[in-house]
Amino acid sequence: MARRYSMVAAFAGLVVAIQVATYLAGAPYHLTQLTMTAYYSLLIVGLCMLIGYAGQISLGHAGFFAIGGYVSAFLTTHDLAAHKGLRLVALLQKAGMLLERSDLYGGSHLVVHPWLACAAAVLLAVVIAYVVGGPVLKLRGHYLAMATLGFGIIIYRVALGTELLGAADGISEVPGFPLPFGLIISGNASVRVSNYYLAWGLVILGMVLLLNLIQSRVGRALSAVHGAEDAAGAIGIPTARYKLNTFVLSAAFASVAGVFLTHYNGGIGPSEASVMKSVRYVAIVAIGGMANLWGALLMSLVLNYLSLRGYFGTFDDAVFGVILILIMLFAPDGLLRRHILADLKRLASGGASDEEAA
Amino acid sequence: MTILSVRRVSKRFGGLQAVSDLSFDVARGSIKALIGPNGAGKTTLFNLISGFLPPDSGEIYFGGAPVHDLPSHQIASRGMVRTFQHIRLFPKMTVLENIMVGRHVHSRAGFLAGMLNLPFTWREERRIREKGQEIMELLGIAEHAHTEAASLAYGQQRVVEIGRALACEPRLLLLDEPAAGLNMRETIGMGGLIGKIRDMGITVLLVEHDMSLVMGISDEIVVLSFGQKIAEDRPLAIQKNREVIRVYLGDDA
Repeated sequence: MARRYSMVAAFAGLVVAIQVATYLAGAPYHLTQLTMTAYYSLLIVGLCMLIGYAGQISLGHAGFFAIGGYVSAFLTTHDLAAHKGLRLVALLQKAGMLLERSDLYGGSHLVVHPWLACAAAVLLAVVIAYVVGGPVLKLRGHYLAMATLGFGIIIYRVALGTELLGAADGISEVPGFPLPFGLIISGNASVRVSNYYLAWGLVILGMVLLLNLIQSRVGRALSAVHGAEDAAGAIGIPTARYKLNTFVLSAAFASVAGVFLTHYNGGIGPSEASVMKSVRYVAIVAIGGMANLWGALLMSLVLNYLSLRGYFGTFDDAVFGVILILIMLFAPDGLLRRHILADLKRLASGGASDEEAA
Repeated sequence: MTILSVRRVSKRFGGLQAVSDLSFDVARGSIKALIGPNGAGKTTLFNLISGFLPPDSGEIYFGGAPVHDLPSHQIASRGMVRTFQHIRLFPKMTVLENIMVGRHVHSRAGFLAGMLNLPFTWREERRIREKGQEIMELLGIAEHAHTEAASLAYGQQRVVEIGRALACEPRLLLLDEPAAGLNMRETIGMGGLIGKIRDMGITVLLVEHDMSLVMGISDEIVVLSFGQKIAEDRPLAIQKNREVIRVYLGDDA
């Protein structure tokens, strides 16, 4: 237990050190990409739980991210003034769950409060995860990958084809997300530092929850399901329910990430739902070592930051595809667990993989 | 007093009638063995009883309640726990962790309690660990507590698998070929262990090929051939049964 939280403390130290470094270097604009990286990382540690610990692949998690982002964006921008007569709208207004917003041209809009929008977005993602996960998680291996891929494509096409969601343009003008103590999640440069800490604070909270889970009775049961599913059932573990719950949990992480990144960026577009995003998330979990939350988090920090800063240029998506292929071929246990030198020696000495020999 | 009752159970795989109209009872507190030549349907029968396969027809009662419609995990949580012919440990977990997983149905921390690390889960974890320790000492494997299960010798893995099943505190333990792959000394040890389990008040139903083991420990034996029961009796009577001898040794014997 001591080790569990000392790693958390060390990581929090790293987060602070990075902020201080950007300050000393006079380059605080780096914090913008680092904040976005934090929200993607939240999705990735949730996905790591699903892939690495429950042993279930998902190639559709960008879909859950997009559900979170789009629902929150839609509700906080869509003008309800025309629907004032509806009982639900009147009720929400009375409960203080609607806000008056003025747009660029001075017109007044009646929109849903971000808190309620966030709750609705995450709830919808959770419900969809339950409905989709129920039948889909009966599949294994390639079939599960294909089915979740299909789900991701559906969400992408829906986002791209729905006029109400801005079609190819997506939704913009999404307001900031107000928090207690005068804090706000927003991309405004004046709140850059506080947003950096809010985002990474959320990631650290997510990590603590998942690290606790791994060390718990449920974590043990998930390792058992991953290790030998029939044997897990034979000692009373409801394997289907545990897989489904983990799927829903990771979808909830993804949707929360989608909600906050959308409010931070002030908008969301269909590319956030694309299959290439889902592949990227899986690639990062893989390079982090699959059943290794810290590995996934550190790899997410480095790779998302590099990608968002544009270091991969036009090859952005290709880089993650190549990473996935290389990891599967040469380091299925992830980059951080392998002795790179030994791998290179093995390659040089003929290339027969030791997995085959074993 | 009957703990398990199999009533006219049948199972067909395509053209193969694996289990055919089979009935037998297991008395509480006894050791009962299922024997028969390869392909007689013993493992299929085990899979039917433990909920891994649904029967085509017939009923199975455990402790008086029907279980033939239940999934395996629910049958296990009612107190009927099985092991596997090919050992199915959780390979990357330690011996202690493997046995601790066996406490699953006797503990209750769920996803939320686990994530929030609620205080009641600490006490529960401590009890799970203590019980795991107790079982390892009972089985004489405490020295391997923190060894990865997959790196143990084969015979020890079998013992760990039984330990994991015992952690469930079953009323009925199903052992699928517990002596498979064991040497003679280990087989004798396994016989002693099964007797000890019975003395703990746990009923045992086992499938086994090793005749010295079966004849030595069983109270009753059911003999299967081509999915049908051809004999059910005490070990000495089974040894003299002409039909059993014919099935095992061929017509000329």
